[in-house]
Amino acid sequence: MTKEAILDALAGVRDPELDEPITDLGFVAALELEESSVHVALRLPTYFCAPNFAYLMVADAKRAILSVPGIREARVTLADHFTANEINAGVADERGFQATFPGEADAELDQLRRLFRGKALIARQERLCRALLARGFSPEQLVGMRLGDLPPSPETDLYLDRRAELGLDVSAEAPLLVNPNGEPIPEEKVVDHLRRARAVRVSIEGNAEFCRELLSTRYALSVGEETHP
Amino acid sequence: MYEKNGTKYFIVDGHIHLWDASPENQANAYGEGFIKCFYDYHRALSPPEYVWPLEKYQKYTEEDLMHDLFQEGYVDIGIFQPTYLLDFYVKGFNTTEQDGVLKEKHPDKFILNGSFDPRAGERGLSQFEELVERWNIKGVKLYTAEWRGDSKGWKLTDPWAQRYLEKCQELDVTNIHVHKGPTIWPLNKDAFDVADVDDVATAFPELTFIVEHVGLPRLEDFCWIGVQEPNVYGGLAVAMPFIHTRPRYFARVLGELLYWLGADRLLFASDYAIWHPKWIVEKFVDFEMPEDMVSEFGELTTDIKRKVLGVNAARLYDIEVPEEMDVEPAEIEVTEKPAVTPA
Repeated sequence: MTKEAILDALAGVRDPELDEPITDLGFVAALELEESSVHVALRLPTYFCAPNFAYLMVADAKRAILSVPGIREARVTLADHFTANEINAGVADERGFQATFPGEADAELDQLRRLFRGKALIARQERLCRALLARGFSPEQLVGMRLGDLPPSPETDLYLDRRAELGLDVSAEAPLLVNPNGEPIPEEKVVDHLRRARAVRVSIEGNAEFCRELLSTRYALSVGEETHP
Repeated sequence: MYEKNGTKYFIVDGHIHLWDASPENQANAYGEGFIKCFYDYHRALSPPEYVWPLEKYQKYTEEDLMHDLFQEGYVDIGIFQPTYLLDFYVKGFNTTEQDGVLKEKHPDKFILNGSFDPRAGERGLSQFEELVERWNIKGVKLYTAEWRGDSKGWKLTDPWAQRYLEKCQELDVTNIHVHKGPTIWPLNKDAFDVADVDDVATAFPELTFIVEHVGLPRLEDFCWIGVQEPNVYGGLAVAMPFIHTRPRYFARVLGELLYWLGADRLLFASDYAIWHPKWIVEKFVDFEMPEDMVSEFGELTTDIKRKVLGVNAARLYDIEVPEEMDVEPAEIEVTEKPAVTPA
């Protein structure tokens, strides 16, 4: 049993809003492993980061650690956050979000997660289209493109991952350009769709940069510092 | 006024504060957490020579503000945007009355905005009316994430908020600055959702809604709203300081805003004392769209810079701009957008 195996599992946990692994973002502050028991401490860019996203990351991290063969006990705690006590207790007792914040929520977080996975899908789609255009494909070609026509590339893989995760069609005949519900974009709407997709990408990428900047300021990390424990 | 290479710019800083977050005024850990969060914003994005020690940042003086804005920062007029935070700070973080002290000493230097909290109900409504009369207020700053007892925030579409907005219309308080999130009930929804701005912008076409921080971190949602609602503007506080640490990101954000909203609906703001206006003004006037983005976003012209730095805000607040620095707004909405060239 190694810390690497646990970090690998944690690399599968993403910030739902920024669409990046919590390990790359520097959110994993500490990792302790004792036989089959693990404690992971998470940290965030600000004291007031949204509690719903924070809860998802803590709960997802716990689930990821427990998926590592041989691990029997996992404790994940959030530090330096205004709802740290509530989240830490709620996730430890597997209470769910609503019971963790009684009277403050009217549902679990599935809808929120789906909304941001949808935004991430659109951002990844735009990055892929950008890469295709740079390779010489014309906008007209993109309109009729099917997944089976996609040349292999890292952007393709990232996009298909997200499509599969959302439960959308990933067969070779499925159209490239779809909305977060999997509905194809009509030809006359493609220009507008890609414009909007660009704004979504700019927004997500910018938020991620700002969060990195704030985290390194908050914890006095130097630029490029190894943030893995 | 700022002058560079013979070109003059009239400067209206659309978002400034005179706050007291000193330990004596902090009511609890949230008050401490709030100012520390602000301090990280300040440290993360300011050039090193502009970074203050925490102690000064918690509570600075009237003299600091006057010096930084008007001696050093090129600002002609500053717009006070109060942020009360009465559950975090004993006397409030930055109330209208606190700002009013400077407004009375230097009436020509400041626009004094007020605020309301719809959760104060009927009694708050008459207090708001008194505030407007007392200070001759033309705008409000609303912070929908403000805590109040058990409530962790409110929405512009709440029934009482509608009543207050009707009152604004009646009293000719036409500039509604909105700072979104992080909120809110219900906690499972996106804390930065800006959709309520869309609803009230439609319901109150005579009011102007200036979304502070251009909706960040929901820039895209803000852009969709802005393109549909001609009375929605964007305040550039928080977005603008990226010009120093992340100039390419700044270019992209500004490019999106110019594309969706156009140059007539964006307002420069330092969010002083989070950032100092001097370096933002200097860098913005020097800023050019990176070469590889010009085909997508167009050039950043002197007219665009003049509009953003002062002319747009002056128009909203009936401030007279010296003729040589004035620019007329675009007469018609640009309907023809450049073709997509994402490569």
